Amino acid sequence: MTVQDVIQVILFFALLIGLTPILGNYMYKVFTGNKHIMLPLFGWLEKITYKLTGVNSDEETNWKSYTFGLLMFNLVGLVFVFLIQVIQVYLPLNPAHLPNVSWHSAFNTSVSFMTNTNWQGYAGETTLSYFVQMVGLTVQNFVSAATGIAVLIALIKGISRKTTDKLGNFWVDLTRSTLYVLLPLSILFAIVLVGQGVIQNFKTYETVQTLQGTQQVIPMGPAASQIAIKQLGTNGGGFFNANSSHPLENPTPFSNFLEMLAILLIPAALTYTYGKMVGSIRQGWTIFTAMLILLVIGLSISLYAEYSSNPIFGHLPLMEGKETRFGITNSVLWSTSTSAASNGSVNAMHDSLSPIAGMVAMVNIMLGEIIFGGVGAGLYGMLIFIILTVFIAGLMVGRTPEYLGKKIEAFEVQMALVAILAPNIIILLFSAWASVCTSGLSSLNNSGSHGLSEILYAYASAAGNNGSAFAGLNANTVFYNLTIGFGMLIGRFGVIIPVMAIAGSMAKKKITPPSSGTFHTDNWLFIGLLIAIILIVGGLTHFPALSLGPIAEHLLLNLKI
Amino acid sequence: MGTKQNSSLFNKKILLQASKDSLIKLNPALLIKNPVIFIVAIGSILTTIILFAGIFQGHFSPFNLQIAIWLWVTVLFANFSEAIAEGRGKAQADSLRKNRTQAKARKLDGKQEISVFATELNKGDIVICEAGDAIPSDGEVIEGVASVDESAITGESAPVIRESGGDRSAVTGGTKVISDRILVRITTEPGSTFLDRMITLVEGAKRQKTPNEIALSILLSGLSIIFLLAVATLPAFFGYSLSASGLPMSQNLSIPVLIALLVCLIPTTIGGLLSAIGISGMDRLIQHNVIATSGRAIEAAGDVDVLLLDKTGTITLGNRMATNFIPADGVTIEELADAAQLSSLSDETPEGRSIVVLAKEQFNIRGRDVHQLNASFIPFTAQSRMSGVDLKTDVSVVKIRKGASDVIRTFVQNNNGFYPQKIQDTVSELARQGATPLVVAKDNRILGVVHLKDIVKGGIRQRFAELRKMGIKTVMITGDNPLTAAAIAAEAGVDDFMAEATPEDKLRRIREEQANGHLVGMIGDGTNDAPALAQADIGIAMNTGTQAAREAGNMVDLDSNPTKLIEVVEVGKQLLMTRGSLTTFSIANDVAKYFAIIPAIAIGLYAGTTEVGPLSVLNIMNLGSPQSAILSAVIFNAIIIILLVPLALKGVRYRPVSANAALTRNLLIFGLGGIIAPFIGIKLIDIIINLKI
Repeated sequence: MTVQDVIQVILFFALLIGLTPILGNYMYKVFTGNKHIMLPLFGWLEKITYKLTGVNSDEETNWKSYTFGLLMFNLVGLVFVFLIQVIQVYLPLNPAHLPNVSWHSAFNTSVSFMTNTNWQGYAGETTLSYFVQMVGLTVQNFVSAATGIAVLIALIKGISRKTTDKLGNFWVDLTRSTLYVLLPLSILFAIVLVGQGVIQNFKTYETVQTLQGTQQVIPMGPAASQIAIKQLGTNGGGFFNANSSHPLENPTPFSNFLEMLAILLIPAALTYTYGKMVGSIRQGWTIFTAMLILLVIGLSISLYAEYSSNPIFGHLPLMEGKETRFGITNSVLWSTSTSAASNGSVNAMHDSLSPIAGMVAMVNIMLGEIIFGGVGAGLYGMLIFIILTVFIAGLMVGRTPEYLGKKIEAFEVQMALVAILAPNIIILLFSAWASVCTSGLSSLNNSGSHGLSEILYAYASAAGNNGSAFAGLNANTVFYNLTIGFGMLIGRFGVIIPVMAIAGSMAKKKITPPSSGTFHTDNWLFIGLLIAIILIVGGLTHFPALSLGPIAEHLLLNLKI
Repeated sequence: MGTKQNSSLFNKKILLQASKDSLIKLNPALLIKNPVIFIVAIGSILTTIILFAGIFQGHFSPFNLQIAIWLWVTVLFANFSEAIAEGRGKAQADSLRKNRTQAKARKLDGKQEISVFATELNKGDIVICEAGDAIPSDGEVIEGVASVDESAITGESAPVIRESGGDRSAVTGGTKVISDRILVRITTEPGSTFLDRMITLVEGAKRQKTPNEIALSILLSGLSIIFLLAVATLPAFFGYSLSASGLPMSQNLSIPVLIALLVCLIPTTIGGLLSAIGISGMDRLIQHNVIATSGRAIEAAGDVDVLLLDKTGTITLGNRMATNFIPADGVTIEELADAAQLSSLSDETPEGRSIVVLAKEQFNIRGRDVHQLNASFIPFTAQSRMSGVDLKTDVSVVKIRKGASDVIRTFVQNNNGFYPQKIQDTVSELARQGATPLVVAKDNRILGVVHLKDIVKGGIRQRFAELRKMGIKTVMITGDNPLTAAAIAAEAGVDDFMAEATPEDKLRRIREEQANGHLVGMIGDGTNDAPALAQADIGIAMNTGTQAAREAGNMVDLDSNPTKLIEVVEVGKQLLMTRGSLTTFSIANDVAKYFAIIPAIAIGLYAGTTEVGPLSVLNIMNLGSPQSAILSAVIFNAIIIILLVPLALKGVRYRPVSANAALTRNLLIFGLGGIIAPFIGIKLIDIIINLKI
């Protein structure tokens, strides 16, 4: 690594740490109904929204109504996106005259964007019209992210309130996170991106003469607006198939830096919002620190692996699949962040990462997308692990386990386990199925241990609602579209529903005031414990498969086989 | 107490019975109650079937045999740990039960006395108990006074007084009347007496899982499901890897190997020991002579963070003692002491006796012949609120009185006497210090003040400091005035106090604390304590208390020792700590087992022309062979259960320290230790196995 690389990494983390309290405090104001700077600008929009939809913003509901509203809202979004894909020929804004999308691909894509996964089994510019991209996908980019935040806000209320069954109002939380958080940030970010050269137009695809004298079709479109929300909302679905390695999506080193920062920005800031809402900023920073440590560990391992020489090719940096514009450090920093944060956008091909760096990305996803994770989803996933940690270790202080004064009992443990099991079941069962059946194996571009890694990565990405891919797998088949589609659904709602149930159950409990006999969840000891539980539970589940995939591949590489 | 119990931990008889019971517990209906061990049992059966199927097909696999044996041993060890905990409980129950078999009762049928078996007595029956009789069942004294030997249940040899009415009317079946005659009304149905319930609980036969135990079982089952999935999907990944390395599918993982891996990963250690920990928690409570009416109560005891403690008996010795004489101006101290002693000679209250003792100690004033003095004693009454003595001489009657300052003031003023300001100052000063001033007067003259002091128990201050460290707030409850209460509270080092507390105040205080999220523990004996005992999260009734109090609480202290509350809290905490520590240990163990088994099964993959594939580098323990590696992990997994049985029964070492200190300590031992220990254990077993082979 060069000095510039080091400075850039340090600057990246310094900015992340610095922006966390600023944005976190702002979101605290938004979600607790306090006055904030966006009210004069968008306040009227919020009021109109409620009026048009008939939402009573003062009415609070219990966890079941909250969850029901959320599920219905997502179901409507799913059906809508599905329909406009299969009839896109008849819809406007289709200058390239792209045909209707196949039913299985349309199913996969609608699930993918509704669940904040943004797995793309299709190639954006050659499959979907501008209309579908804007009205379907971009809208889902916003509301799927807002859904994640809403679930988190409900869980925080469940933790911080006492003896009530009211968790707030889903429609209010959804509207506020869209209007006051995602929309202003995206507009701001899109403008900056346009300034850096990202395209934003409705032109037909242009045909240009290249220097070699051949003709090339350059796709056009409203890219900047989608890229802004794809990064900020941990969506990751690129406007172009090549995602953020495409020069029109990510033209400059500065746009690259900002796009990377945008991946982690909101998930990181939500930890601060959490701290403020539960009444202890320290609790928020504790979670932030645990996430940061896990991220830095992963990054260090990846950087080490990438900068080590490739035993087969000798002392060359591993540049295959990377943009020379970005180089190794920026590619690895991106791959680590995007896999940790459930974003899934890429600026380098993960398939070509060194086996160990590829494994780090995979492990980041397999741990449950909790290292910052998806907007809202990352923190509520982390809180599930916190509940587990508190339950296992809390007993060791000689009291029945409690978190922030709330007793952790059978119901919470049960729901936490469902939330942890759901994505893991998908990863293990579907990968196992794909690695033995012909329809699974025929999509592989690579054989051997790397092929297994591709399968594992695909289902991990689906279950973790990440959306990035080891691109070596041709996933646009009926088998993969369906299994991955169901994987994304279970990975999303198999976690959301138990999390909401926990929120409902926690809200009803009393709060025991802390004393010196209380298990502390805001110190280094707890950070260490939390990390250990995450690594042991997550690691032990996937170690056998990983050892046959990337670990075997790494060892084989060193044996020059 | 600890050492006595430890020596009987591996009593031969209990061990033998426990071994038998571990076989009986193989009954699937019993096994299924423990999902983790149930999975192991299914694995054992499958492995055994595969072993025999192999033998019938003519290829005997010594490896499968050894795996099968050790899997069965794992199940048996888990059963054994539960059986031995139950056995120890049973032993205690048997000794309790001995007192009751074939006891006869003298039932009063109208006016007639008939002899029936104690077990045939119904609620509401009235029985006669005379000196030498055993009290046949739990009941209430409705007539008479008797001294009763309760050593059968309390272990305390000194007899106690039981009388009708008031707070000492409850008697327990199995105890013995030593003197006098009482009529007892039976208050429980046959088979549900206090002792019966107690014995059932101790035996653990009807033991129900406690809330935290249920939650932990769910966790263990959940982890088992995760590992079951990880193992069940492994053959698919393995098969893929085999074809990728050009190896035949016949080399795919065999079912015994998969089962071995599964059993090593699921939390068998804590799964096997969980119920033993619960039973022995109940047991430890009984060693402190406290009986809980449910296991839930012990768990709650660990959570208690506010203790309401009665001042008298818990914090102070119970009786106020005279500590010095303060004479009025113009009175010698001897004269005051003499008068005070005279007035107290036939005062049988502890205060009165302490004055006599103090006078003797300080001025060698001995007891005097009452008749010679021609004295008549005036006892303390609720109306006069003073006591004393009238000395008749030929001329007049000398009246000596002692009592609270206001009544004595009225007394001397009625006799045209004068109440000095200095005495008033002394009285106020003593009251401020938390003492009880007793003013002594002779006719119209104030002689001085006797300083009566509440004596705070030795070591109690340190005890409260320990509780504070553990995050437990202590609240002293007293009927004293706020001034006195504050002084004693300061001396004893409690965190808070309630002065002039009525039973309603106690109840209200408990509700307030609970509304603020606290869990409250209290100890009480009187009928008027019953509502508060019922409301408290932990209500310990004293065995000497009324039946109402005993029914209201969720624990009974057979020793009737008010400080017992503190020990109960410690037992609860120790139980939870043991559970958490062994869970942590069990999960931490998995890391090493992976490093034993994964390289062992994957050694042939991608081997190419060499014999050993690349994944053999994961064999960081350098285990002898793939088979010995798997076997060592399985053996370690089984043996660790039996090695941890004593710890499960005794509980992890408990110290009154803060949560953080306790956590750090337990994490170091059971977390870090849990990661390191199996690396060493598996390596050692592997060395031994390879020696034999």
